[in-house]
Amino acid sequence: MKYLRKYPFLGPLVAVVVVYVIFAILAPGSFTRAENLTTMAGQTVVVGIAASGMTLVILLGGIDLSVGSNVALSTVVCALCLKEGAPAILAAAAAMASGLAAGLLNGALVTTLRITPFIVTLGTMRALRGLAKGLADEQKIDAPSSGIEALVAPLPPGYGWALFPPGVWIMLATSALVAAMLVYTKGGRHIMAIGSNEATARLCGVRVERVKWLVYGLAGLFAGLAGVMEFSTLTVGDPTDSMGLELEVIAAVVIGGGSLAGGEGSVAGALFGALLMTVIRTGSTYLGIENWVQDIVTGGIVVTAVALDRARRASETRR
Amino acid sequence: MSGLVARGVAKAYGATIALAGVDFEVHAGEVHALLGENGAGKSTLVKILAGAVRPDGGSLTLDGAPYTPKDPAAARAAGVRLVSQERALCPHMTVEENVLLGGEPTRLGVLRREEARAIAARALLAIDPKGAKKHRLRPDALVRDLGPGERQLVEIARAITEPRCRLLLLDEPTSSLGADDVEALFSVVARLREAGLAIVYISHHLDEIRRIADRFTVIRDGRTAGTGRVAEATPADIVTMMAGRSIEDLYPRSPRVPGDVILAARDLAGAPLPVRASFELRRGEVLGIAGLVGSGRTELLRAIFGLDRVRRGEVRVGAYVGPASPAARLAQGVGLLSEDRGGEGLALGLTIADNLTLSRLFGLGPLGFVAPSRMRAAATRFIEKLGIVCAGPDAPVGSLSGGNQQKVALARLLYHDVDVLLLDEPTRGVDVGARAAIYALIDKLAWEANKAVLVVSSSAEELVGIADRIAVMHKGELGPARPVGELDVRAVMLEQAGAS
Repeated sequence: MKYLRKYPFLGPLVAVVVVYVIFAILAPGSFTRAENLTTMAGQTVVVGIAASGMTLVILLGGIDLSVGSNVALSTVVCALCLKEGAPAILAAAAAMASGLAAGLLNGALVTTLRITPFIVTLGTMRALRGLAKGLADEQKIDAPSSGIEALVAPLPPGYGWALFPPGVWIMLATSALVAAMLVYTKGGRHIMAIGSNEATARLCGVRVERVKWLVYGLAGLFAGLAGVMEFSTLTVGDPTDSMGLELEVIAAVVIGGGSLAGGEGSVAGALFGALLMTVIRTGSTYLGIENWVQDIVTGGIVVTAVALDRARRASETRR
Repeated sequence: MSGLVARGVAKAYGATIALAGVDFEVHAGEVHALLGENGAGKSTLVKILAGAVRPDGGSLTLDGAPYTPKDPAAARAAGVRLVSQERALCPHMTVEENVLLGGEPTRLGVLRREEARAIAARALLAIDPKGAKKHRLRPDALVRDLGPGERQLVEIARAITEPRCRLLLLDEPTSSLGADDVEALFSVVARLREAGLAIVYISHHLDEIRRIADRFTVIRDGRTAGTGRVAEATPADIVTMMAGRSIEDLYPRSPRVPGDVILAARDLAGAPLPVRASFELRRGEVLGIAGLVGSGRTELLRAIFGLDRVRRGEVRVGAYVGPASPAARLAQGVGLLSEDRGGEGLALGLTIADNLTLSRLFGLGPLGFVAPSRMRAAATRFIEKLGIVCAGPDAPVGSLSGGNQQKVALARLLYHDVDVLLLDEPTRGVDVGARAAIYALIDKLAWEANKAVLVVSSSAEELVGIADRIAVMHKGELGPARPVGELDVRAVMLEQAGAS
């Protein structure tokens, strides 16, 4: 109990392990093979990266519903750049820049118009989707092979020493960076403080508006990066891709101990939350469980995770 | 001269004049009490000093230099720190993080952990030289695990982390503290005064002012009504200055005659408080429950009202015995006034009319529909009856002063026409004028309307003033109720501290 409190990500970690063991027992032998682990890690990359940004937003007491649209926009931008002959690194940078711009727009609307983030991002969710469709002329955009595909593809023979595809390492690196920022920087402290008690933060001289801007901008940047990873899987720019992704990302953060009231959340927890959903999906596929059952199970897990967290907290205060 | 001098400070919000020209001086090394009824302009003055509000006119000087902070950060940089009435802490963060908030030492944006730890430790040591270890105020403790007294100390520690801190503003620092915590706070304040800080101390409690303050200034209707040395003024002088009139008798007492028992508890136990409580309450009677914060007084009322689980024992309302929910209690004619006015007692964003009629919305229109005009009419009636100062029945409750908010909360019980009123700290955060009005109302309810009133209060003086009988709660056990004739303030205080 004491450890759970200090390291809130232990809960979702235990859940991942338990679920994995259950599937390992039930599913045929191929589920536990190393390749499957690598594949599952690869499938977690998009949600995992976006969840880093979402964790910051939720810690702040906000929400970002535009993540899915932002990811789709990012795949379109990436594909368009490649089609125009841009090198891979430039296309990826452009995709991330489009994500950052969208995030900064969210931040600007939240801070200057003082509209609740739910409404702002509900609006930009629609608008960014429209922008993506417009840029892509309502079609999928084929792009020449550029090397970006290799980010989340299984490692080619001879590269086994890397353990995971590069995308997974990028996800781990961004998560580590964000987690370190939360603990070791002034900005991180200020994010926590605003989410915990915004009035207090303002009273203590925290530049609340600036921090919010920065956080929504970062969330957009991470969505852009997630979009590059999504493009790596799709190998095309697809304006209708990632519908509802934002809910999956929010679910990952919440399973990881995030509270929509702000002030609580963990980057590592969100990562395990994302992984948990992948394990359930993959395991269910191995067992031949139909898709609709998976949806029900995943939905149930979100609610159970939060209910367990509440119960734990209630037992703590009773002491 | 070192210290802060304000001359002719004025501030208007639209047509409302909050400050009409206040003169005020606080010297280094003194505790200066700032007094005044709610709405007199104290809060506005404090906000101006803290840089949260900019004055329309007048001048401020700090240590001889002009002082015109443009925001709280600028005030802080000038060495002025506010410990506000709202507990301004981040509950999810640690003591150390809260103490340093907004002033974290960094290099290129990265925290300097060693230095941060040292600054926080120094501040915690300054408020508690006996060593932070003994008092549980560990730097890595989460603030949400702390009690109200400890939280208060964390806020003060935060205020004095700034080495340049010269002026400390304490806004009603004891309003949610128990007696022990008040003592700890006083010793901290005294220590800071010796260290040469100028301290502005706002409180409604004259006994506190007499103990801790050197001088006082009274503000009334946005102007300075008087100033002087605390030792040379009697409480009556100060109250007269605050009210603009002399309050002859704060506690009216009609010749009340107790009638039938209407509420009785027998061996009542909650989870975990109260441990055991038995009493009888009669119509036409005011029964006081004394006790320290945390002794289980509030829990007793909540258990009676059906808000908290009853573990053992029984509550009888009239002839009814058995389990009850708040809705059932209201139907039986029992109403509760919460101690947490802003959090639980009232919906601050809603209007007076909405709040007043919330517990009884039937009878406000045909077929169970609710006619806004009738809600407003009911609200207007009670606004006049209780003398609630407001813009009208459509004014949001959050826009009223504390005393007027409390009157709205009381008006709801009267509108519901309950027979038994359970009042938890009915005068918390309420100024002297409104307090007198509430005491008069309680007396009138018990005498003229033959209601039964149960009052929980931290102020022994208040209970001795208004109650017919007083029972003392100590560590969850409710003592026998005794007539006030056999008790005095000292006896009640001794008993609630467990010393008798």
